[in-house]
Amino acid sequence: MSAQTTTPVGAAASPAASPAARPGAGRTGRWLALASRHRVALTLAFLVVFPWIAPYQALAANILVLGLYALGFNLLFGYTGLLSFGHAAFLGGGAYGSGIAIVHYGLHPVLALVAGTLLATLIAVAMGALAIRTRGIYFAMTTLALSMCVYYAFYQAESFTGGENGLRGINVPSLSLPGFRLDLLNPTVKYYAVLAVVGLAVWLFSRLLSSPFGAALEAIRENENRAQACGYDVRRMKLVAFVISGALCGLAGALQAIHLSIVPIETMHYSTSGQAVMMALLGGMGTFFGPFVGAATFSLLQDGLTTLTSHWQLFVGAIFIAFVLFLPLGIWGEVLARLRRAGW
Amino acid sequence: MSELTLGGFPLDLLALQVVTGVALGAIYVLVGIGLSLIFGLMNVVNFAHGAFFMMGAYVGVFLYGYTGSFWLSLVAAPLAMGLLGLAVERVLVRPLYGRGIDDPLLLTFGLSYVMIEAVRIAFGLTGLPFGAPPELRGAVDLGIGYFPLYRLFLIVFAGIVVGALWLFIERTSFGLVIRAGARDPQIVQVLGIRISRVWLAIFGLGCALAGLAGILAAPLQGVTPEMGIPVLAEAFVVTVVGGMGSLAGAVLAGLIVGIVVAMTSLIAPDMTKMAIFALMALVLLVRPRGLLGRAGALG
Repeated sequence: MSAQTTTPVGAAASPAASPAARPGAGRTGRWLALASRHRVALTLAFLVVFPWIAPYQALAANILVLGLYALGFNLLFGYTGLLSFGHAAFLGGGAYGSGIAIVHYGLHPVLALVAGTLLATLIAVAMGALAIRTRGIYFAMTTLALSMCVYYAFYQAESFTGGENGLRGINVPSLSLPGFRLDLLNPTVKYYAVLAVVGLAVWLFSRLLSSPFGAALEAIRENENRAQACGYDVRRMKLVAFVISGALCGLAGALQAIHLSIVPIETMHYSTSGQAVMMALLGGMGTFFGPFVGAATFSLLQDGLTTLTSHWQLFVGAIFIAFVLFLPLGIWGEVLARLRRAGW
Repeated sequence: MSELTLGGFPLDLLALQVVTGVALGAIYVLVGIGLSLIFGLMNVVNFAHGAFFMMGAYVGVFLYGYTGSFWLSLVAAPLAMGLLGLAVERVLVRPLYGRGIDDPLLLTFGLSYVMIEAVRIAFGLTGLPFGAPPELRGAVDLGIGYFPLYRLFLIVFAGIVVGALWLFIERTSFGLVIRAGARDPQIVQVLGIRISRVWLAIFGLGCALAGLAGILAAPLQGVTPEMGIPVLAEAFVVTVVGGMGSLAGAVLAGLIVGIVVAMTSLIAPDMTKMAIFALMALVLLVRPRGLLGRAGALG
C-alpha cells in the first residue's frame, strides 16, 4: 500500500470518499434531469427576480458579483477537485485591471471589463504554471503563498494601485452603448447591467461543463491517475481549468470595481480567497447553482450579523466548521441529494 | 576587515545580517516543523497553525504582564496551545478521518476565524506592544559587530528545542512509533499500537510548537490578532521549499527563508515580503518536491 492511502485522511484519494464527487453521482430522476438540462435558463430566471427578494438592491448586485466569483472558483474546486486558496489574486487582478483602465486611462467600461479579465488571466497563467507542479494538498498551500506574493506586489505598486488606501475614483455614472445609454446610478438598472454580463458568463460556463473538456475535468477530479492513463494530458488540462477559473473570477472582480467604484487592497487579501472557499462550500461545491446560493448565504449572514455584533467572523467561522462536519455537501448540494433520494 | 565590501556593503554588515537571518529563521523553523510534523504523520494541513502561533503569543504576553516572568510565559504558551491542539484534534479533526483530504484543511481554516475573533474579543482589535524581557535586552559583541542579545537567545533556544525534538523522535520508543506511523499507520495498528493516540499527541505537539514560536516572536514585533496570517503563508513556503513532511527540510528551509528575508531587507527593503515567495517559485520551478523531498516521511 502506498503512503498516500494509509494516512488517516489519505483514504480520500479514492473517489467514493470525495464529497465533491457525490452531487454529480447517482441516478437522477425525471424532474432533476429536466432541471439540469435547463440549468442556465433556471439560474437566470432566479437571478432576474432576485432583486425583488433580496433585502435591498445594492446587496443583490453584491451577491451577483460574488456569485460569479464563487462560480469561477467552483470550476476548479468543485469540478476539477483542486482546492485553491489564492483566488483573491484573480478577483483583485480583475478589479485592479478594470479600475486602472478607467482611472488612469479613461477606457470605456466595457473595454475595462476586458482589460480586467485579461490581467486576471495573465496572473492565473503565471500562478497556475507554478502551482500545478505540486499535487494534492500542496496545491492549497502553494496557491495561498503565490497569491500573497501578488498581494504584496500590488501593495507596493502604489502609483498604480493606490497601495494601502486602495484604488479610488472609479466613477461610472452611466454606460453609453451604441443606440442607448444606461443610467448606472439607478440601482435596478445597474443590477440588470451586471446581470447581462454574469448571464453571459453563466451560459459560457454551462457550455464548458457540457463539453468533452468539462467531462475530462470531472474525470481528473474522480481519479487523476486514471484520467492520465486514459491518455488525457492532465497537467495541461489542470492549467487550462485554472486559467479559465481565474478569468471568470477576474471578470467578477472587474464588475465589482465598477459596482463599488473602489478597489480596496483587501480584495486581494488571503481573507478574500477564503471567502471563495466558504461560499463554494456553503452553497455546495460541484453544483451549478450552488455558488449563487453560497454567495447569497454568505452575504446575508455577513449583513445580518454585522448589525448584531462586530464579531461576526466568530459566527461565520463556527458556521463554516459546522458545515464541514455535518453538511459537507453544502445547502444546494444537500437539497439536490434529498430530492434525488426522493426520486425526483 | 571592515574595509572589505561586497556589492557596496561592508562584509561585516553582511555577516551580521546573516546572523539576523538565522534568528528570524529560528522562528520559521519552529513554525515549519510543527506544520510538517502534523502533515507528515496525519496528512492534515493545519490551516489554523498561524492562529495557534498568534494565540500562543497572546497567552505568553498576557501571562508576562501578570507574573513578570518571561520564562514562565515560555513554558505556559506552548503548554496552553498544546492542550488546545489536543482538544481540537479530539473534538473537531478526528471525525473527519477517512473523509476527503481537504476536509481537515477546511475545518482548521474555519477554526482560524474563530480563534482570531476570540482573541479580538478577549484582548481588543489593536495589538499589544511587547519588548524583550529586561534580562535579555542589550547587545553582545560577536566580533563582527554588536548583535541584540534577544536574537542570539532565539538562535540558541530554537537550536535546543530542535535538538530535543530530534532526540525525542530518533532515540525514544515513542519516537519510533511516530516514525513507523508516518510510514505505514495500518501496520503500526496491527502491531497493537493505538495510532489514534499518536495522532492526537502529534497534533498537540505541532500546535505547542506553533505557540512556542508565537511567544518567541512576540518581542520582535509585538502581538496583533492578525499576526498569524502572514506566518501561515510563510510556514507554507518553508514546508514547500523544505519538502513536505521532512523535518530536516523544514529546518534547512526555515533558515534559508530567514536569511533571504534578512538579506533582502538590507539590499532591497521594498522587496522583502515578495522575496520569500520568489524563493518558493524558484524551488517549484527547479525542484517541485522541495529541497529534501519526501523519501522517508520524517527523514
